[in-house]
Formats: sequence, structure tokens, C-alpha cells
Amino acid sequence: MQAEAQKASLEVSPLNNDGNVSIKVCGDWILDTKLPDRKELWNQLPSEATATLDFDFSSLGKWDTGLVVFLLGCIEESVRRGVQINQKQFPDGVRKLIDLSQAVPEKQTGRTEEPTSFLQTLGHNTREVLEGVNTFLAFTGEVTMGFARIFGKNKVFRPIDFITILYQCSAAALPIVGLISLLSGLTMAFVGAVQLQKFGAEIFVADLVGLAMVREMGALMAAIVMTGRTGASFAAQLGNMRVSEEIDALETMGIRPIDFLVVPRLIALILVMPLLCMYANVVGIIGGYLVGVLMLDMSTHQYITQTFKAMSLNDLFSGEIKSIFFGMVVAASGCFYGIHCGQSSAAVGRAVTRSVVTGITFIIVVDAVFAVIFHILGI
Amino acid sequence: MILGNRQIKVDGLEMAYGSFVVMRNLDFTVEGGKVTVIMGGSGCGKSTLLRHMIGLLEPSKGSIKFGDFDFTAADESTRDSMKQSFGVLYQGGALWSSMTLEENVALPLQTYTQLSSSEIREIVEFKLSLVGLSGFSQFFPGAISGGMRKRAALARAIALDPKYLFFDEPSAGLDPVSSQRLDDLILQLRDTLGATIVVVSHELASIFSIADHAVYLDAETRTMTDQGRPSDLLEKSPHPGVREFLSRGKTNG
Ligand SMILES: Nc1ncnc2c1ncn2[C@@H]1O[C@H](COP(=O)(O)OP(=O)(O)OP(=O)(O)O)[C@@H](O)[C@H]1O
Ligand SMILES: [Mg+2]
Repeated sequence: MQAEAQKASLEVSPLNNDGNVSIKVCGDWILDTKLPDRKELWNQLPSEATATLDFDFSSLGKWDTGLVVFLLGCIEESVRRGVQINQKQFPDGVRKLIDLSQAVPEKQTGRTEEPTSFLQTLGHNTREVLEGVNTFLAFTGEVTMGFARIFGKNKVFRPIDFITILYQCSAAALPIVGLISLLSGLTMAFVGAVQLQKFGAEIFVADLVGLAMVREMGALMAAIVMTGRTGASFAAQLGNMRVSEEIDALETMGIRPIDFLVVPRLIALILVMPLLCMYANVVGIIGGYLVGVLMLDMSTHQYITQTFKAMSLNDLFSGEIKSIFFGMVVAASGCFYGIHCGQSSAAVGRAVTRSVVTGITFIIVVDAVFAVIFHILGI
Repeated sequence: MILGNRQIKVDGLEMAYGSFVVMRNLDFTVEGGKVTVIMGGSGCGKSTLLRHMIGLLEPSKGSIKFGDFDFTAADESTRDSMKQSFGVLYQGGALWSSMTLEENVALPLQTYTQLSSSEIREIVEFKLSLVGLSGFSQFFPGAISGGMRKRAALARAIALDPKYLFFDEPSAGLDPVSSQRLDDLILQLRDTLGATIVVVSHELASIFSIADHAVYLDAETRTMTDQGRPSDLLEKSPHPGVREFLSRGKTNG
């Protein structure tokens, strides 16, 4: 049977002639019960005159770290106030623990956290951004050199790794890319149909879906899915390799991590993205076709002819070209943050987040740039 | 070949992470073909020193010379070719997790030699048997124990018969018998390959059995306080910290 826990409390006796205050420690001092507040104790003391504190532990029940930490705090505070604490009366176990915790003097680590002003923070952050840009440019240069080196004689290229990567970012990605594209095709057709029906122009749903998919949505959808899927996995994988010193092990073996890890991933995505984009186009158009046939009563032949009539080769080409660049963006942002990951698992998490955010941002930026270029070229 | 003699000379080295100086004024020589142990309390900067010696970190001051060759001042491609003569065992093993043990040990061989794949397989099998892992060549690093990972990493480190070997706490996490075997292996590598070996360790038993020379890094003063044969250091080092370390703190009373 367990005895009811006694509430922890302190009884402070009045000051005696020697400037001595005796404090009676009563009850059970267990961590997860409510312990008396240290500040209150100091407030209760007859202020200036106190010279020594005597603790009386005769009514102490059970105790654990709660009591030790309390007493340590008292000792620290007493040093600050120039009050003596008589440690002789501490229970044996408590005294040993306290001795142990004070046996190794605190080391001067040389690290100081100085309070920073707003301007300092601003300057610091600006420098960090500039350094980031600098590392990214260096990374781009390294990767370009890496590309050149795979044709040189000192190449480090493991076909089996390349095939695994290729599989991970192609066949394994088909279901999710397909699903997203099908849904976007369906949605577009559905929304378009409701509007076009008002004018009796349902047939143009085929144009709408076909053009939108091929010029924009196919490449964009595939790229965004791949950022979240493959880009993130690159960042996590390389980040983990950084944490477990695997990348250092490559470096000290004279194998460049860029050549060994980044270049194959980049090549894989550059090869795969146009194909994924094509696949997304087809599936998206099938989505539109389902709406056309099931909801708008078009015939299969009608829908397909209309789709082909709407599109030119230029449209197809513009989407495909973009997807190659999207592939580069996805692989580069994943690998960049992975390679430059910090040394902890928290850093891997940050690397993944950054790679996805940066990847998607740059995809949109690249898309906009191409919109302008294609407009100027009249494609 | 650039490597006439195989000594490593650390000259006025200062190591820092940003503005935080880990160690300064390090001056010592690692004799060629000898085992030198770097010792010191936890967190004093032993791994950091090792990372400087293998070129993963740049010193903020001073230099490291391999033979007559200034490693810190060399350009990157020279350093890369230099690194082929290094074998490194990391504190955590750092095996490439997407490859089997066989592939891990084989990669340096594939990269730097013209050997046929059957020859490479034989060498790999031999190196794995040296560390007592002959049956495990098809295992992935994730599927073996921590101590085994460490031994496999050692097999990878010695794949190319390196001239310089760097071990970061090789026997941490090993049972006494494996740890003893590892010490024997280290001595054999010294004698058969004539390798220059730098070991970070705080296992006293292995320090006394393998070290030809020991360097003590002191966290308090942030520099090397003493160096010499471990048994001499234990007896007559003028620094109580060194004697205390080598006698498990017993001189302290
Ligand atoms: N990446 C880093 N950034 C900043 N400081 C670091 C970094 N890595 C290590 N340090 C600091 O440098 C000091 C030395 O670390 P190091 O890993 O070299 O210690 P160690 O002697 O190898 O310790 P152990 O015996 O426990 O392995 C420590 O104070 C550590 O906090
Ligand atoms: Mg270490």
C-alpha cells in the first residue's frame, strides 16, 4: 500500500542572535508534485541580517532530483547574496549528488551569445543570402564541370545506381503523375464545359483541354509532382549521407560527390521529365475526353479530331522544352540542399523543406520566363 | 611520386569553426611508418584535427605537410590525387548505405585501378576476411551491427593499401576481443604496408598497445600540451592533466 504523499513545504524560523536562520524542510520532495518556490523563500528571509542558513531535514519524507535542484538553486543564490549555507546537514545522498555535479568546473568554451541589434541581424542575414548565392553559383559551376568529366577518362559512374535513380523518377512516379494529370484534365474540361455550353460551343472543350495541357499544365503538373516526390527524396537522401559522413568518405577517397551523386540525378531527370510531360499530356487529355464523351455526348472520333485540329507541333514543342528545364530545376534544388545540408537530422528536415519550396518557386519563375520568350518568338 | 618520406608535419595549425577556435598552435610530427595516437578528453577537437589532416576542413592558420608536400597550399586536383593514398575510418563508419559491403569496399578499387572485376572480388573478399566479415559481403550496412559496420568501414579504408591511414576511434563500440584483434590489425598494417597511421582514441589499453607516439590535446588550454611515448608520458610528463588522462584520473587521488 502506498502512503499518501505529504505536501512539500518549508518552515522558516525567525532570525536568531547569530544571524542564523533555520529552515525546516517537510514532506515529500518529488519532481512531479508542486514544490515550494525558491523566490518566495528568499522573500521570507529577514533580509539584510541573515548570515547563515541551516536546513533541517528531520521531517523530510521522500526526495528525488526535485530537492537536489532546489538546493542547488539555493546554493547559487546564496553565493550571489553573500549568505552561508551550512551544507553539512544535507542528507548524505543529496550531498553526494551535489558534490558530483560541482566536481567538474564549468568550462570556458569561448562561445558567447551576444545580444544582437536589428542592424546586426539585417547585416548578418544579408551576408548569409549573398553567401548562399555564391555557393549556388559555385555549385552550378561544379555541376557543369562534372558533366564535362563524365566524358573524360577519370569518370566515376555506376550504371546500377543510375538505373535505380532512373526507375525511381520514372516508372515509380507514373501513378501519382497520372492521377494528378487526369484530375486536372477532368476539372478543366468540366469547368470549361459549363461555360461553353451556354454558347452551344461544347466542342471547344477539346481545344481548351488539349492546348492547356500541352502548352502549360502537363509540364507544370509533372514538374510540381516531381519536386515534391523526387526533389524532396534527393534532398533527404543526400542530406542523410552528409549527416552520416558518407559524403565526406567520398571526398577523402578523391571521388567528387558532385560527379558521383549529383550528375547522375540531374541526367536522369533531364531524360525523364520530357517523357513524364508527354505522359501527363496524354492522361490529361483523356480526362477531358471522359467529360466530353460522358457529359457532353460527343463521339470519340469527334473529340480526337477536334483535339488534333486545335494543336500544332509548336504547342507540343513548347511544353517539352520547358519540361527539360523543369527537370534541371527539380534535380538541382534537391541535390543542392542535400549536399549543403548541416550535420544533424533537423538539418535534413530543413534541407527537404527548402528544396521543395525553392524547386516550386523556380519552376514558376522558369515558366514565366518561357511564356515571355515564346511570346516574343511567336510560338 | 611526390611522396619521398611518409611523415606528416603539422605546423602552427589553428582550427576554428567560424569564430570559435577549437585548437591553436599545434606543432607535431607524425613519423612515417609509425602509429601516432591523438588523445584527449571528449569534445576537445580530435575529430576536428583528423578532418583537417584529410583535407575536409581548411585550417584558419598554419599548414599540414605530407613529406615535403604542402597539402594545405596545394590546388584541388593535386589534393585529389594525394587523397588516393589516404584511408580513412570515420567515427560512425560512414559506409555508403545504398551499396552492399562488397560494393563499398570495391568502389575505391574500381575507381582507381584497372583490375578486372573478378580480381576486385578476390581482393574485397580478402579485405573483408581481414576484419572478420567474410560471410557478409552481400549485406547492406543497415542490416549489420554497429561494430560490424565499423569493421567493414575499416576494410574499405584499407582497400587501396593506403600509405596514410586515419582512424577515428576505431575500437569504440567493439567488444574486448574484436577490439584486441583490431589493435593487432593496426600494428600489422604498419609493419606490412609500412603505412603511417594516425589513430584518435581514448581507450587506454589500445593506446598503450599500439602507440609509437602519442599527442595529447588539452581542452582547457586549447592546444597540445605534451607528446611522446605513452609509457614515458605516464611516468614523467610535466603536465598533471596528461598523467591523469593516462592513468584514468587516478593521480588525482
Ligand atoms: N560542425 C561544427 N560546427 C561548430 N562546432 C563544431 C562542429 N563540429 C564540432 N564542433 C565543436 O568542436 C569541438 C571539437 O569537436 P570534435 O568533434 O573534434 O571533438 P572530439 O575530440 O572528436 O570529441 P569525441 O571524443 O567526443 O569524438 C566541440 O566543442 C564541438 O562542439
Ligand atoms: Mg570525435
